[in-house]
Amino acid sequence: MRKLFACVVAAILAVTAAPTLAKTPRDTLVIAFQIDDIISLDPAEIFEFTAAEYAGNTYDRLIGYNHENVSEIYGVAAESWTISNDGKTYTFKMREGVKFASGNPMTAEDAAFSLQRAIILDKPPAFILTQFGFTADNVAEKIRAVDDMTLVIETDQAYAPTFVLYCLTATISSIVDKKTVMEHEEDGDLGHKWLRTNYAGVGPFKLRQWKPNESLTLDRNDDYWGGAPAMKRVITRHIVEPATQQLLLEKGDIDVARNLGPDQLVTVRSNPDLAVQEGVKGAIYYLGLSQKNEALANPKVRQALKYLVDYKGMEGTVVRDLMKVHQAFLPRGFLGALESTPFTLDIAKAKELLAEAGYPDGFTITMDTRNVSPILEMAQSIQATFGQAGVNLEIIPGDGKQTLTKYRARNHDIYIGRWGPDYQDPHTNADTFARNPDNSDDAKSKPLAWRNSWDIPEMTKMADAAILERDPAKRAELYLEIQKAHQVTSPFVIMFQQTEVAATRADTKGFIIGPAFDDNKYHEVTKD
Amino acid sequence: MTLGVDREDRAGKGFGGLSLPRPLRVTLNLVVTVALTFLGLLFVTFIIGRVVPIDPVLAIVGDRAPEHVVERVRIELGLDLPLYEQFAIYVWDVLQGDLGESVLTANPVLEDIKRVFPATLELATVATLFGVLLGVPMGVLAAVNQGRWPDQVIRVVGLLGYSIPVFWLGLMGLLLFYATLDLVPGPGRLNFIYDDMVDPVTGVLLIDSAMAGEWDIFWNAASHLVLPSVILGYFSLAYISRMTRSFMLEQLSQEYITTARVKGVKEWRVIWVHALGNVWVPLVTVIALSYANLLEGSVLTEIVFAWPGLGFYLTQSLLNADMNAVLGATMVVGAVFIGINLLSDLLYKLLDPRAR
Repeated sequence: MRKLFACVVAAILAVTAAPTLAKTPRDTLVIAFQIDDIISLDPAEIFEFTAAEYAGNTYDRLIGYNHENVSEIYGVAAESWTISNDGKTYTFKMREGVKFASGNPMTAEDAAFSLQRAIILDKPPAFILTQFGFTADNVAEKIRAVDDMTLVIETDQAYAPTFVLYCLTATISSIVDKKTVMEHEEDGDLGHKWLRTNYAGVGPFKLRQWKPNESLTLDRNDDYWGGAPAMKRVITRHIVEPATQQLLLEKGDIDVARNLGPDQLVTVRSNPDLAVQEGVKGAIYYLGLSQKNEALANPKVRQALKYLVDYKGMEGTVVRDLMKVHQAFLPRGFLGALESTPFTLDIAKAKELLAEAGYPDGFTITMDTRNVSPILEMAQSIQATFGQAGVNLEIIPGDGKQTLTKYRARNHDIYIGRWGPDYQDPHTNADTFARNPDNSDDAKSKPLAWRNSWDIPEMTKMADAAILERDPAKRAELYLEIQKAHQVTSPFVIMFQQTEVAATRADTKGFIIGPAFDDNKYHEVTKD
Repeated sequence: MTLGVDREDRAGKGFGGLSLPRPLRVTLNLVVTVALTFLGLLFVTFIIGRVVPIDPVLAIVGDRAPEHVVERVRIELGLDLPLYEQFAIYVWDVLQGDLGESVLTANPVLEDIKRVFPATLELATVATLFGVLLGVPMGVLAAVNQGRWPDQVIRVVGLLGYSIPVFWLGLMGLLLFYATLDLVPGPGRLNFIYDDMVDPVTGVLLIDSAMAGEWDIFWNAASHLVLPSVILGYFSLAYISRMTRSFMLEQLSQEYITTARVKGVKEWRVIWVHALGNVWVPLVTVIALSYANLLEGSVLTEIVFAWPGLGFYLTQSLLNADMNAVLGATMVVGAVFIGINLLSDLLYKLLDPRAR
C-alpha cells in the first residue's frame, strides 16, 4: 500500500513539479522527525535516539571527538587533561569563562556534581560510568573538584584510556548547572523530576519547549563560548508518516525530513531543490539465534544460516541508502573493527552444511519481527532465501515493545534486531555481543549473548582482558581476534551497519550526521 | 444505550420501600449507573493492559538498562503487587483526582489529556458538522428520488466514504489540495510560526485565538482544519446520509404523509418539515454515536495530518503499556460516550413529544 502510494506520489509530483519557494524563515531550521521516543530530557536518564540528539545540541561534556575521525579526542568544557602514570587518575582543567544558559559560571564543581548525580540517580545509562568502579557511596571521593577549575576522576583499575574518555563523551556525562538543578530539587531527587522536562546546561542551543508527541523547540544560545550558531531557532516537529514528511519537504514547509524510505529518497535525489545528506552510524542489524533451540544450537546450522542471507540483494533494494553490508560486531569507524565480509548468499554451501548438521531437508523455525519498515521487508527477504535451502521461516510480526519483551525473556527462536553502541569505545559492543558472564536465568547482567543463551566463558575472558590493554595497537589486535572467532561461531548473523540519511532543502547546508545519535548537530547549519 | 434516565418510572415509588422525591431518585440512579460504568470500564481496561504481552518497565528503562535498574523500576511501579491490589491503588488515586504520571511523556496524565483532547474535540466537532450539514440533505434527497440518478450518485458517494481507507484518502487529499493545488496548508494544527503564540485557555485553537483577538491565527487554524475534518467527516457523512435515507423512506410511506399531500400541503413542506421532522428523533442517536466515535480520536487521520490528538496518544500509550495514560484516556472516552448519550437522551425528549 505504502509502496504503491510512494509511486503515485512520485508520478504526480513529477508531472506537477513547479518551482516552490522555501517558506521557512532564513534563521529557523524546521525538521520533520519521529520524536515519540523521547521520554525524558534529563541527561542522566536520556538513552533514546531523539533525546540523545537533543542533549548533543544543548549540553556540553568535558570532552568530545571529531565526528569524521573518532580517534581524535579534544577538550570541550575541559580545556585539557592528564592521565597519571598508574593509569587510574584523570585530571581535567576546565575551560575559563564558560557560562551556563542561566548565566551561572561553569566550574569543576558543576562537572563533578553532574557525574556524581548520574551515578547516584542510577538511571538506565548509569552503567556507562559505574563500570569504572563508581558507586553512590564512593563517588563523592572518586570524582571531585579540587578547585574551581580542576576536576579529578579516579577509576578502580588502569583501563584503556580511550575506554574511559569515550564514556565521558556519552550523553550521561553532560554537564548540568548545579545551582539551577538544585533549586528544583524535590525529596532528594537531585532535581531529576524537574530536569525531565526542563533544561539546565550550556551548549550551542537551549530548550525552549518540549510538547510530547508534538514538537521540540530549541533556541540559539547567543552567549555560547564556541560562538553562536546561525540558526536562531530549531523546531523539530513530530511527523510520523514518511509520505507526509516528503510532501512538506517538497513544498518547502520544512527544511529537513528525517524518516524517508529508499523509494522516497530516489525521488528526493532527482529533485534539484532537494539534497540528501548521509552519515555512517554505529548501529548494527543482526539476527539473534537462540541457543535454546536444538537446531540453532548446532554450529553447522548457524554457519549455514549465515550463507542464507542475501546481503548484497537487500543492500540494493529494501535497505538501499539506509544500510551497508557489515558482518562483525564492531561497526566500521571503531577501534579494531573487522571489515571483512566472508558471507554471501550461497545456497549450495548452506545445503551442504545443513546436511552435515543432520538437517538435509531443512527445518521450521520462527522469527520475531518488529512490524516496521524496513525490518519487515528484510524479514521477507530472509524468509525467501532461507526457504531455498528448505528452512521454513515463520515470521511473527509484532509491535516493538512486544517483540522486545519476548526477546528479553529468551522466548524466541530467531530475533531480527538492531543494536546501537552506547559510546564510541569497542567495549560497548564487545560487552553485549561477546560477553556472557552468567548464562543462568536470574543473571545479574543480561547482554545479547545471554538473550541468545550463548555460554562463552573463554570469549568473556578475552573481552575483559581487552579493556585493560592500554596500548591501542595491541588492543585493536585483541578485538580483531575476538571478532574473527565471533564471526564464524557466534549465534549472531550480523548483516548490516546503518547509514543515517536526512533529506534537506538544497539551500540548507551544514546539517551534521555524526556516528553516534548525539552527534547529529545543528550548530553549523546555514540557509542561503 | 440509554442510561438510567428513562427507567426510573418503572421503579415507581418503591426504592427498597423508601419513597424518595422523584428528582433525587433520578439523580441517584444516574450517579450509580455512571459510577458502575466507569468502574467496569476501568477494570476491563486494566486487565487487558496487564495481560498484553508487553513489559511496562521497558517503556521507562529501554532496552539497555542493567537488571537491577529494571527490577527497581518494576517495584517503583508497584508491578510486583498482586493485580487486585494494583487496581485498588489505582482506583483510590483516581478518587483523589490523581490519574498518575505517563511514563512516555513524563507529564501528569491529566495534563497530557488537557493537551491532546481539545485537538481531537476541535477536529471531531468540525467533521461532524460537515457530516450533518451535508449528510442529512443528501439522505433526504436520496430518499425522495429513490431509485433514480440522485439516489444512485449519493449511494456511490456513500459507498466510497465507507470503503476507502482514511489513510489513503488523507494522503491523496494532501497531495492534491496541499502539494499540487496549494489550496490548503500542510499537516499540523497551525503554521509553525504561530506556535505558542496564543495561550492555551481551552486548547481549542479556534476558540483560544478568537478570544485573544488573534484573527490571523484563527484563520490559519481554520484553514488547517479544513482538509482533515472534511476527510474525517466524509465517513460520518456516508453513515448519516445512509441512515437518513432509510429513516426518510420509512416516514414517506406513512399514512400521514399521504394525508398531508391529499390536503394539498406543498411537497417541500411535506418532505422537509413533516417527514424530516419525525426523522430527527432516531437521527439524533445516529449523529451522537458517530460524533462520539470521532471523539475517541482517529489514529490514522491524526498520523497523516500530524494532528496531536487523543487517538495517537491512546495508541502510543497502549503499545508501550503506559497504563496510567491508557486508563486516563479510556476514562475520557468513557466520559464522552456517557455524556453524549445523556445529551442525546435529553434531545430525544425535546424532539419527541411521546418521550416527555
